[in-house]
Amino acid sequence: MVPVSHILFFSTALFFIGVYGLLTRRNMIALLMSIELMLNSININFVVFNKYLWPGQLDGVFFSIFIIAIAAAEAAVAIAIVINLYRSHLSVDVDDAAELKY
Amino acid sequence: MTLAQIVFYLLAAFTLVMAWLSVSARQLFRSAIWLLFALVGVAGIYFWMEMEFIAAVQIVVYVGGVVVLIIFSIFLTNQSGDDMPLAGIRRRIAAALAVLFGIGFTASLVAGQSFTASTQVFDNEVSRIGHAMLDTGVGGYALPFEAVSLLLLAAMVGCIVIAMKDGGKEKINSAATAAATEQNQQ
Repeated sequence: MVPVSHILFFSTALFFIGVYGLLTRRNMIALLMSIELMLNSININFVVFNKYLWPGQLDGVFFSIFIIAIAAAEAAVAIAIVINLYRSHLSVDVDDAAELKY
Repeated sequence: MTLAQIVFYLLAAFTLVMAWLSVSARQLFRSAIWLLFALVGVAGIYFWMEMEFIAAVQIVVYVGGVVVLIIFSIFLTNQSGDDMPLAGIRRRIAAALAVLFGIGFTASLVAGQSFTASTQVFDNEVSRIGHAMLDTGVGGYALPFEAVSLLLLAAMVGCIVIAMKDGGKEKINSAATAAATEQNQQ
């Protein structure tokens, strides 16, 4: 039996790998991939807490299902925005989309 | 060490390595492929926890949907053979320090808790999940289910509207150029 905390260490590491990608990448699609990694680590946490600590309920499972659905919707909208931005700026770099900055 | 433990640590190491390659690869397309392997590894973790339904949803939605969408958008927007520029060394060091601090802080918080796994058997049959999802009573998830279905509809319409080429403007422009050429001809 693997201790619950080891699974939580794993999901922590996965989350912060996503944070590293979010801080160092400048390409919008790469940023989106980092966000997907972070959402996945959150899902693992929900499922672990549900299965090992409150096995009588199903709330964690439902939270992960809804997070997966919302992540899919978010990815679709983000990619539509990225494609539209590429049409107008010919770039998907976050530094090139700075019209609203000043 | 039992076989289940070995399988878990192997899966976790595989997922973390793939995730690291995904955030550090120079080529965007390779990064998407590493992300695909990382998501398959997470699905393997779900299978290891005997959460077959979540694992199936993970594979269908993430591996079959989101990653394919990302690869499509890479082909639509990027010169996929080009290397992405590396972030500056100061930014990378700062990000690594922030991440190491975050991992250490969170890990110390987790290690300070004593999680004792419940001995009760977790019944996560698909029929139980399905009944709870359509249940309107206490502990039912009918309302969030409907809200998510509305959200998906809104996201679909929003995607089409955002990514659609601006047809109206083009018509006006082409009409204006046609009128201009007519005038020139006269």
